[in-house]
Amino acid sequence: MAKIWIDGRTYKVESADRNLLEVCLTLGLDLPYFCWHPALGSVGACRQCAVKKFKNEKDASGKIVISCMEPVSDDLRISINDPEAKEFRANVIEWLMANHPHDCAVCDEGGECHLQDMTVMTQHNYRRYRFNKRTYNNQYLGPFINHEMNRCIQCYRCVRFYRDYAGGGDLNAFASSNQIYFGRAEDGVLENEFSGNLVEICPTGVFTDKTLKQHYTRKWDLQSAPSVCVHCSLGCNIIAGERYGSLRRILSRYNGSVNGYFLCDRGRFGYDFVNSAQRIEHPLRRNEANDKLEATDKKTILGHTGKLLAKKGKAIGISSPRASLESNFLLRELVGEAHFYQGVSEQEQLLTGRILDILQKGPARSPSLKEVENADAVLILGEDVTNTAPMLALALRQSVRQQPLQAAKELQIPFWHDAAVREVMHNKNGPLFVTATCGTKLDDIAAGTYHATPDEIACLGFAIAHEIDPTAQQVENLTCEQKDLAEKIAAALLSAKKSLIVSGTGCCNTAIIDAAANVSRALHNSGNLADLCYALPESNSLGLALMGGGTLSQAMAAVEQAEAETVIILENDLYRRAEIERVDRFLTRCKKVVVLDHFKSATITKADVLLPAATFAGASGTLVNNEGRAQRFYRVFAPSGDTQESWRWLNELMLFKQKQENGNSINLDDLIAALTKSLPVFKGIEELTPPSGLKVSGTRIPRQSHRYSGRTAMLAHLKVSEPKPPEDRDSPLAFSMEGYRGKPPSSMIPVFWSPGWNSVQSVNKFQIEVGGQLHDGDPGKRLIEPPASRQYPYVINVPEPFTPVENEWLIVPVYHIFGSEEMSGHSPAIAERAPGPYLGLNKEDALKIQLNEGDAADVELAGKMLRLPVKVIPGLPGRVAAFPAGLVWLPYFKLPAVAKIRRSLR
Amino acid sequence: MKRPLTKYIRPGKAPLDLKKYEGVGGYQALRKTLRELKPERVTEIVKNANLNGRGGAGFSTGLKWSFVPMGQDAPSPKYLVANGDEMEPGTFKDRLLLEGNPHQLIEGMIISAFAIQADVAYIFLRWAYKSAARLIKQSIVEAYQAGYLGQNILGTPFSLELQLHTSMGRYICGEETALLNALEGKRATPRAKPPFPQTSGLFGKPTIVNNIETLCCIPHIINNGAAWFRDLSFTHEGGTKIYGVSGKVKRPGTWELPLGTTLQEILEEHAGGMQEGHRFRGVLPGGASTDFLVEDHLDVKLDYESVMNAGSRLGTGTLIVLDDKTCPVGFVHNLQHFFAQESCGWCTPCREGLPWIEKILLSMERGEGQPGDIELLNSHVKYLGPGLTFCALAPGAMEPLQSALKYFGDDFNRHISEKNCPWR
Repeated sequence: MAKIWIDGRTYKVESADRNLLEVCLTLGLDLPYFCWHPALGSVGACRQCAVKKFKNEKDASGKIVISCMEPVSDDLRISINDPEAKEFRANVIEWLMANHPHDCAVCDEGGECHLQDMTVMTQHNYRRYRFNKRTYNNQYLGPFINHEMNRCIQCYRCVRFYRDYAGGGDLNAFASSNQIYFGRAEDGVLENEFSGNLVEICPTGVFTDKTLKQHYTRKWDLQSAPSVCVHCSLGCNIIAGERYGSLRRILSRYNGSVNGYFLCDRGRFGYDFVNSAQRIEHPLRRNEANDKLEATDKKTILGHTGKLLAKKGKAIGISSPRASLESNFLLRELVGEAHFYQGVSEQEQLLTGRILDILQKGPARSPSLKEVENADAVLILGEDVTNTAPMLALALRQSVRQQPLQAAKELQIPFWHDAAVREVMHNKNGPLFVTATCGTKLDDIAAGTYHATPDEIACLGFAIAHEIDPTAQQVENLTCEQKDLAEKIAAALLSAKKSLIVSGTGCCNTAIIDAAANVSRALHNSGNLADLCYALPESNSLGLALMGGGTLSQAMAAVEQAEAETVIILENDLYRRAEIERVDRFLTRCKKVVVLDHFKSATITKADVLLPAATFAGASGTLVNNEGRAQRFYRVFAPSGDTQESWRWLNELMLFKQKQENGNSINLDDLIAALTKSLPVFKGIEELTPPSGLKVSGTRIPRQSHRYSGRTAMLAHLKVSEPKPPEDRDSPLAFSMEGYRGKPPSSMIPVFWSPGWNSVQSVNKFQIEVGGQLHDGDPGKRLIEPPASRQYPYVINVPEPFTPVENEWLIVPVYHIFGSEEMSGHSPAIAERAPGPYLGLNKEDALKIQLNEGDAADVELAGKMLRLPVKVIPGLPGRVAAFPAGLVWLPYFKLPAVAKIRRSLR
Repeated sequence: MKRPLTKYIRPGKAPLDLKKYEGVGGYQALRKTLRELKPERVTEIVKNANLNGRGGAGFSTGLKWSFVPMGQDAPSPKYLVANGDEMEPGTFKDRLLLEGNPHQLIEGMIISAFAIQADVAYIFLRWAYKSAARLIKQSIVEAYQAGYLGQNILGTPFSLELQLHTSMGRYICGEETALLNALEGKRATPRAKPPFPQTSGLFGKPTIVNNIETLCCIPHIINNGAAWFRDLSFTHEGGTKIYGVSGKVKRPGTWELPLGTTLQEILEEHAGGMQEGHRFRGVLPGGASTDFLVEDHLDVKLDYESVMNAGSRLGTGTLIVLDDKTCPVGFVHNLQHFFAQESCGWCTPCREGLPWIEKILLSMERGEGQPGDIELLNSHVKYLGPGLTFCALAPGAMEPLQSALKYFGDDFNRHISEKNCPWR
């Protein structure tokens, strides 16, 4: 703590590892800045945050210093309001604005622009610069980002984020003097998976959201709600914004323990499936006369479905790893625990179940993404996190800085001083070991890589565990390379202060998951409290695993044995979960198929009843991420027509079944209370957010900004009188522009805004301390904490390595951030980036069977013939072929699998 | 008068090759260093010689070297870099040394590298110095062949690799940390200090960057001792200085003179006074980024301290003379054009302020100056000052402007009131 003077007032402030700008902002003082960012640190480029510093109480003249470059110590005396400092800051803005086009009226950033805010804050009004402005050409940067260089104020944040923070290579600063250009060497798609953050990092409108531009609306006209990303298992917090019933954009919702300030591009640009033409808008019922699905109304469909469920012959429910806990729970209630089956492949159920078991038994904790950033030695076992859990890759990029950061500490350079720290560290990276079936995007920062089959990766993992703790199972027949690597990795992990093991379901291999557990246990048994982080397939995979349920095979068997006639499929396309023939047979054997989902899928073509389920944007509920953190998301807007949350449909069906069809639909609080009562493992989720009845200062929290325009006119073409806004009985949020404008509880922030701070930078005002936790704690609650104990048994599961025979190949799944996930695949911008189907081979193997990139290969896989173009994949081991997982147009195969490959004769 | 640095430089003729250089005592200092001296002793001698860096800042060379971590635990490799990116307008003194006696530089570098126990040395050379590049390359080959470079120099444990790096031609590369970035293949923007290059420089390792003239002094200090070197000077700062004069003088050129020679002596005796029909109005004493000195200052001694006391800087010690037939606004515009173009673009005041200044001065020259322009210029002078920008480029650019506004303010006003340049 330090006692400092600012403009004559004394403050007690936390000073260690903080710069003056941070301290001022934490105190709530307004000080303009551009180049500094809490996640990127200080470089002193823009000179905007200048203040006056005085030597002591007698010093009256003082000296201008740049606050982001100034450490804070006891007796520091500064002035923000000093006339000279103010004039200098106004000058800086005037310089920055000299060449700025002043096109706010037509700029996508307008109204949410940090440059606008800072210009107003410094009170620079009239330009004195009378000469021609500098102009630039813009570039095509792909489907995500729009480029408008004339607006640039050269704060360098974009390249610092893109290159230094996210490890990108294709965005750079070019030229010099006042011709500095931020872009690519030539037009082209920005390659980095985190490029979308440029939209928020850029303080003005150089990099803007191109998907928003496709259906642009002014930022203040958006209706927004706190939500959670549904495109992978990490549960990044998002703010989703809507206008006229369509979802317009996603912003990062700051959560210091999860995604911090950032999102991956799948999370940011994958939302457009909500507006897809493939959405199911009305309840549909199969007309038995013509076998077509026909639209009907809610009452009719409820009556019809209710009767189906009331009939003799049991109904079974198939749940979903992408549906909320609430929806899954009500399905379970509707069909009964014994008839509740997990809507995932048996393999996936086995993997997620194993992960859950390991996390529950411990001893290793599953870390938050923030904790991942602080790990100082990392082993990745078999997971291509950039493609399966992208933000985890971004966090790992920060973790490799931990060990080299110590050099800065020795030179007494504070960590926030990014310019100096990066000089001292000089591209040195701490130990990160990447093992995967092929090259990954983290290999560039890895201290060692190992590309092998899933079983070989598992063997290496077991060998590492044995190196760390000789009482762990020994692995026979290791190659010298494996043994050396195991020794090297073991030594690096053991010598670290906070090591981390990362793995996941990507390789579809239980041995890898066990090996990761063994390594973490070996470390714990050696006194090193390593963390253990698993990536899972979907947004609620762990939540569903916690809920339990039978396997898909059991569900199929139940129908096969005529134990059930009706199946209710919740937010699921079964053709992504099992082989076509099995699903076809299953759905044909079911007398009635009831499906609740957002959009058309193969499963839906077999449905007898189709209930339009709201997407995350039209729904409230709870998801459990890979950490075991339960998080609440809220409806952004009330969906049109009969579309509603799956849990609401299921509740209404239940009421119907219980012959209470006129009873009141349940509200979210009651539903969650019932859930935690029935399933105590979820205890605590009732406290994630305040109860729906909460009022702050006597009012509710508005989803619309106070500048929301056209409220009375926007539906005037349909009806002149202003319609009553929809009610929200499930949350303290209101579909309104009236209500509480202060700081709502951390979990309930629909948008970050503070007077004078219209851009995303206003998040400063919602944190206890700049860059720290939100004002009443970061949202979310961990449901899994491993018990404290001393000795942990090892799993014995060393697999036999794959030995290929003539013309046989091991097909492994590979993942694509754009394409492998179902819902984002329905979003045009993501679809544009997704690869087509292919067969991946390494160069030598491809040549051996006379195949070049693009040639057609015939693949005999699981009794099926596929013709696929060959793609050369670097790092793929010999006799291993890669198959892109999850692509919308590829059928399900259980992988890894052995296949025959030959050159296609055509 | 002793002229150790330029004694064997014969303008217009090829420099001494290795044999001839050795013939006049070349590489004796290196032999003495490697055989008789410990690294710390070399640094001590240089410190005692009061050799101030000749690049412009005038910092004690020996003191700079003493910040380099030494001993077994010191990081390795360590680097020595000769800063030959001589791009300061009006400055051409390093060129004389580079083209005139490259072995003198190489010998100075090997001794300096020994003092800090550097493993690798670079000569970072201005892109346009083509003949210097050719001569240095040739001399490096000779030095390697003679065993002055490479492994176990002269049979001692000391080894050094020396390479020439020709820069792409940016003024900012003269700033030592921007130079290091450029040498690493990065954008040539200055680095934050600390960490200082002495502890974390090239590729994050301890590095010393010295000016060419500074390094050329080293063999003579070793050969003749610190006291001898101190005595070369008229002041307490040691050594001779290569002064240069450009402008409308009778004999523009460079001369090696005792440090502290007066402005008057250099202009009158060595440069031969003003050309016929030209009157002296002022002079930039140390290159483009120093304040004007005027007639009142003719008796100022040109050493670091005295020039500082007179309100300017010795800088590179190369004088640019302003005469009465040259428009001071045009003169300053030319300089500001250069500085605006050479800004690295990192910090706002420099990147945006300098082009604005340049445009104002150009409009004044074109008769388009407006009332308020002088205030704008003064405000830029104030807010592009030391400490307000990231490095010293913009404050340096403000030195000729602020002193021109001070000494030639009327000329600026006339441009505006007469709506024309009075010199056209």
